[in-house]
Amino acid sequence: MELETIGVFGIVLGVLARFWPVWLALGIILLLSLRYKKMLGLYGHLFDSSVGVAGVMICFFWLFTAIFSDIIAPFDPLQQIAIMKNALPGSIDPGTGQTFLFGGDRLARDVFSRTVYGSQIVLIIAPAATIFALMVGTTLGLPAGYYGGRVDSILSFLANLVLAFPVILLFYLLVTPGIRETAIPQWLAGFFFIFPIVFFATLFYTRFSGRPRLLAVQLGLTLLIGGWVYLGLVFNADPLGIISISANQLNIFVAVVFASAPGVFRIVRGLVMDIKTRDYVAAAQTRGESPWYIMLWEVLPNARGPLIVDACLRIGYTTILLGTLGYFGLGLAPESPDWGTGIKESSRLLRAYIHPALPPVFALMSFVLGLNLLADALREQSLKD
Amino acid sequence: MLSFILRRLGVMALTMLCLSLVVFFLVNLEPNLKKLAISQLDMRSSAEDLESWLQTNGYRQNFFVRYGQWLGVMPKQPNVDPATGVASPRFAFCNEPSEARFSGVLQGDFGCSTKFKVPVAQKLVPALGATGLLMFWVMAVMVPVSLLIGVLAGMREGSRTDRTLSVASITTTATPEYISGVIFTVIFASWLGWLNGSAASATNSGITFYNFTLPVMTMAIYGIGYIARMTRASMVEVMTQQYIRTARLKGLSFNAVVLKHALRNALIAPFTVIMLQFPWLLTGVVIVEVMFRYQGFGFTLVEAAGNNDIDLLLACSLVSVFVVLSTQLVSDVGYALLNPRIRVQ
Repeated sequence: MELETIGVFGIVLGVLARFWPVWLALGIILLLSLRYKKMLGLYGHLFDSSVGVAGVMICFFWLFTAIFSDIIAPFDPLQQIAIMKNALPGSIDPGTGQTFLFGGDRLARDVFSRTVYGSQIVLIIAPAATIFALMVGTTLGLPAGYYGGRVDSILSFLANLVLAFPVILLFYLLVTPGIRETAIPQWLAGFFFIFPIVFFATLFYTRFSGRPRLLAVQLGLTLLIGGWVYLGLVFNADPLGIISISANQLNIFVAVVFASAPGVFRIVRGLVMDIKTRDYVAAAQTRGESPWYIMLWEVLPNARGPLIVDACLRIGYTTILLGTLGYFGLGLAPESPDWGTGIKESSRLLRAYIHPALPPVFALMSFVLGLNLLADALREQSLKD
Repeated sequence: MLSFILRRLGVMALTMLCLSLVVFFLVNLEPNLKKLAISQLDMRSSAEDLESWLQTNGYRQNFFVRYGQWLGVMPKQPNVDPATGVASPRFAFCNEPSEARFSGVLQGDFGCSTKFKVPVAQKLVPALGATGLLMFWVMAVMVPVSLLIGVLAGMREGSRTDRTLSVASITTTATPEYISGVIFTVIFASWLGWLNGSAASATNSGITFYNFTLPVMTMAIYGIGYIARMTRASMVEVMTQQYIRTARLKGLSFNAVVLKHALRNALIAPFTVIMLQFPWLLTGVVIVEVMFRYQGFGFTLVEAAGNNDIDLLLACSLVSVFVVLSTQLVSDVGYALLNPRIRVQ
């Protein structure tokens, strides 16, 4: 049966119209940013170069797409409408009168809606995993670089151990249905997720130990919020029921943190070894500050430039890793709308239909490109200072 | 220098030992053993059947004993049938000692592949050869192209060529293999029909331009951007050096300065970067070989991991870890040799 289509021009207009909340939000952000550029520091400087503007806008585009997915996507990502199986882009579903802007896939789902919803998965897991990797890498990299000696040898050996593993092999071993039957993901999660709590507790303790009342409030909050998230993520036992994570998501999350933390460790270690020779560190040592105070309050703030750049690149890299996981069908549910799974599904049928493959491909590529451009602009800015 | 290399080799051996232990632990987890038993018997086998299969084939021995046997520091016991008392090999396709002896990785025996039903070496060696061929062509494309882009971009910093090439290389670093593979297949195989979207025929009937270009292109493109950016950074730094200015001031043409004075010094850093690309290339190999159905190392690795083929997977991990570590060593040593300002202690 022949489906009615709306033509190329109609598709372009339809897609543009569908994204209206994103355009609105981007416009507001752009106006505000340009208006208050002077007051925004590093972020404001990004708007000086075209590369920076492009990077910021692409990243915001996907951020808003993820936020407004429910409004943008006309269909549910899992909804199957039998008649639309492998429908060409722009076909109109006779049932609802809505258009399959990018066509239907082999299970008759709307490719456009799936790509839009896929952004949610990517934009939650990739930045969150990167933040955890940063925390773990920083907390271990600081002492390794600062103390050197045996601490450094042991930690570096462990980091190199993980780095010597090809990522793909690591994933094949760590992200399997079998391993989810054991307690290993929980153990790893329990180990990794303790780091943010330790990090913040030490951060506040070293600075405010002279002001017990302020310290008590800060430590209390850290332990309360940290413990709450910890319970939710590791034991899936959040008393309020807000934070929960399914077993396969936890598995992916842990594997990604595990794969990228050693890289952060190496960078932080190198930066610390460089910075600890500076005069202000010597001054702090002479004042009799504790080593952890120096690491967290003297060294770390001065390493922030390269670390921010690295974080941007790393979110992009994590997105690529997630795509790899999806591509090999590891961890993510087979019907999950994320981009990697979409690419896997459609790349097998490229000979017959190419249209289901292209939207997730360009989505992933543009998001990573946006992050890389952003990192490039940030690096340029930090070199200028 | 020699002691440096020896020490590094020692660390390398230790790393491989630790990692093989970790992999051995992971592949021998209870669910994985179950999976193996099911794949060797059949889906409807009862729990007792699976258990007895694992028992008779020695998977229930002590973990460290089995690791020692695999490594070759513990004697491998023959598989004696308790009823008849006759020693028979565990797997019919594999030679196994009929009396206890040391036969592990250290003796060169990598064990049996339960998935492909051959000794591991017999499967792995041709696969490595096939991948080596792929790697060779990838390198042959990637290295000259990326160096050229990097040098052209870094020659005149801030020029229009520089900007264009930089954005282009950032773009390629945002296209992992599964992205570029799809895009290239769509363009060159589906639309233009110039190239074959599958390299399956390359395994049997030899490689041709028609079936091998897409895999090579797909793999090369991801690395090109990164190496080009490193080359550019190195080139930019070299071009600001005093000796370049001197050469310019003494009246040499710009081209001569770039070719004779700048290039050699600018290529030291990319050498390290290219060597350190190998871990990434290994991931790329897996993706590309699966995508284009090329029967190489990556394809074998995926098959081994998917079926929990213990011995084959262990051998694959050893090979990949060895490749990663030895390229790191080569890059360190090579850097010290190329750059006389660096001295290893």
